[in-house]
Amino acid sequence: MEVLVFLVPLALTLGLIGLIGFLWSLKNGQYDDLEGAGWRAIADDEPVSKQ
Amino acid sequence: MQVERDFSHYVRALGSGLSHIDLAVEGVNCAGCMSKIERGLAALPDVTLARVNLSDRRVALEWKDGALDPARFIDRLAELGYKAYPFEPMRAEAQETEQARFLLRCLGVAAFAAMNVMMLSVPVWSGNISDMIPEQRDFFHWLSALIALPAAAYSGQPFFRSALRALRARGTNMDVPITIGIVLALAMSLIETFHHAEHTYFDAALMLITFLLAGRYLQQSMRRRTRAVAGNLAALKAQKATKFISTDEVREVPIAAVQAGDIVLLRPGERSAVDGSVVDGRSKIDQSLVTGETQPVRAGLGTAVYAGTLNLSGALRVRVTGASEGTLLAEISRLLENAVQGRSRYVQLADRASRLYAPVVHATALLTMLGWVAFGSTWHDAIVIAIAVLIITCPCALGLAIPAVQTVTSGAMFRAGVLLNSGDAIERLADVDRMVFDKTGTLTLPELDVSNAPDIPQDVFELAGRLALASHHPVAAAVARAARAKTPLAAVEEVAGQGVRGFVDGLEVRLGRPSFCGADPIANEILCRDPEASVVAFRHGESRHVFAVRQRLRSDAADTVTALLNAGIEVEILSGDREPAVRHAAQLVGIHEWRAGVTPFDKIARIDELKRGGCKVMMVGDGMNDAPALAAAHVSMSPISATHLSQAMADLVFLGDRLAPVVAAIGFSRKALRLMRQNLWLAAGYNLVAVPLAIAGLATPLVAAAAMSGSSLLVISNALRAHRGVRELGLWRS
Repeated sequence: MEVLVFLVPLALTLGLIGLIGFLWSLKNGQYDDLEGAGWRAIADDEPVSKQ
Repeated sequence: MQVERDFSHYVRALGSGLSHIDLAVEGVNCAGCMSKIERGLAALPDVTLARVNLSDRRVALEWKDGALDPARFIDRLAELGYKAYPFEPMRAEAQETEQARFLLRCLGVAAFAAMNVMMLSVPVWSGNISDMIPEQRDFFHWLSALIALPAAAYSGQPFFRSALRALRARGTNMDVPITIGIVLALAMSLIETFHHAEHTYFDAALMLITFLLAGRYLQQSMRRRTRAVAGNLAALKAQKATKFISTDEVREVPIAAVQAGDIVLLRPGERSAVDGSVVDGRSKIDQSLVTGETQPVRAGLGTAVYAGTLNLSGALRVRVTGASEGTLLAEISRLLENAVQGRSRYVQLADRASRLYAPVVHATALLTMLGWVAFGSTWHDAIVIAIAVLIITCPCALGLAIPAVQTVTSGAMFRAGVLLNSGDAIERLADVDRMVFDKTGTLTLPELDVSNAPDIPQDVFELAGRLALASHHPVAAAVARAARAKTPLAAVEEVAGQGVRGFVDGLEVRLGRPSFCGADPIANEILCRDPEASVVAFRHGESRHVFAVRQRLRSDAADTVTALLNAGIEVEILSGDREPAVRHAAQLVGIHEWRAGVTPFDKIARIDELKRGGCKVMMVGDGMNDAPALAAAHVSMSPISATHLSQAMADLVFLGDRLAPVVAAIGFSRKALRLMRQNLWLAAGYNLVAVPLAIAGLATPLVAAAAMSGSSLLVISNALRAHRGVRELGLWRS
């Protein structure tokens, strides 16, 4: 059962990374416009100007 | 006359040389609009940010300080085909946004913690049956505690705060038993961990918090969305005034930038956005939004003008007074205060349920503990079992039973064109048995309309409409609107106080007073038939026609009344307008009980009388004179065209030109109340099954987890049925 020494901290770290990621996305305004975000994904890109 | 617009009131300096403004935009509803607007605005030089928020229908703009006039953005959006107006978030809305972020943060913390603790719990549950050694189990319990305690302390805050508030006010609400449940579960689990025991309930406590937070967040975001739409509509109604910045120089400013003592210009056809008194000019004004009286009043030096007053004929200069100085307003504010105090006595269904629930559950837990001790168990075991009873009855399903239905219902109402101002309005709306309508602006449309349109040949109507576009007079504007005229005639001349004239194919056309067009006999005939109407005459060469213009009933007013009567709701009219007008309207829509010439004070008196008679009264009104009555009624509703004060007092606001949303709202709320009761019974039924297990000492953490999520899902899926209203009130489906 020595494997727990690795697995448990690993699991906790992964969970923590997920949580930090979520809090970061929240602070970043990712949840401010849930409707628009869905549409932005399929909108056309800006045409690239040739200069 | 193009007046310079001054939007500096709305611009926020961000520091670092950038300015920021928020615009509410009408008609943005797809990805195409979004990229069109963003590209169109970003193409302006010196704009550093242009971002559309599709949920709120707003655009955020940032640009280099002083490089651009904000009016330029509005013109650019108009070129792109969107009507926009600067938007100032109201404090209530800013608070809601902050609250939503906080709830989401709590939900995130609780959900991640619940997942991790569950991951640790599953091996313990299975290990208890197979071969997990006690040291490993203890290790897992300690790890769970390490995650659960800080997470619960953070994410439980919404419940702890609300429970504390209720207890401080010497009351109780649903959050009190929830808080007790969470705290006891965590405390007992910690003590059990110390004593190397087999069972802990860290996972159950976190799961409870997660489920309840999810419910709260959904409910809150629905409320926020409704409020954002209402805020946009208020901004788009363009509350602005033309202010004198010197004796003869004017500038168009937002209403928030007008102060008492300023002088504003009120042109013919404009609605006043301020309260004040006339200092110069003569005109006729229409006070119908304020008093309900539809007949125009003469205005001259010293006449009081209120927000919502429509100026009909001549330009007026108005000195702005403080909001509380006007006599009518002062009386209305005083009535309002009393009425608002009288209303907040209603106890929500959820709180009534928790008042009943908490003592029963806590007594059961206590009896369980005493019972086990009496039958020879140790105090430790007895306390553990009693707490297990509390945990399993912890009102997860009960806490979701009502918010879930409220969320689904307010979403459905939103789609039907009804915005909810207050959350408990749904319950109050459901037991309405008496409906009181205001007439002007509520049963009738707020704008004037041509009532004899079928009598007038189509080509004449179109031509008159195009000519009418040149006039600012509200009666002419009604003709232009009814004719759906878009292209004005060229070279039209305005004759002051008479009308407008121009030439079409060499023939003179005139629109204005009957005498101006030589149409007095036709006009008199119309006025004999309908003394309430205003007339405007039209002459093209030798042919003469007269338009009768009046306030028109909403198209489905009669159907609405019938539907309400069928639903067992009695209907009556209380109007400030004169008797013939009210009688006429009452006959047309089929209402037998009506009162005319009613003052704001009389309206309250009548509503109180009905309330004393045991009626649950719903008031539907829009004018400033309705505001106290709206606050006094059991529940109240306003059209979106209502004055600001009335809208703030109403529990619900409906959109559009039809009355159908009123009926729809009642249908939805009745269904919602039925489902709320069902949900409470479902939650109670679940307890009936689970509690005996817990009393018998069989409620292991595994059973608690399964029972809690099972009952929550059951209650939520039942709540989803609220999106269809009751079948018998099916009027709105067309």
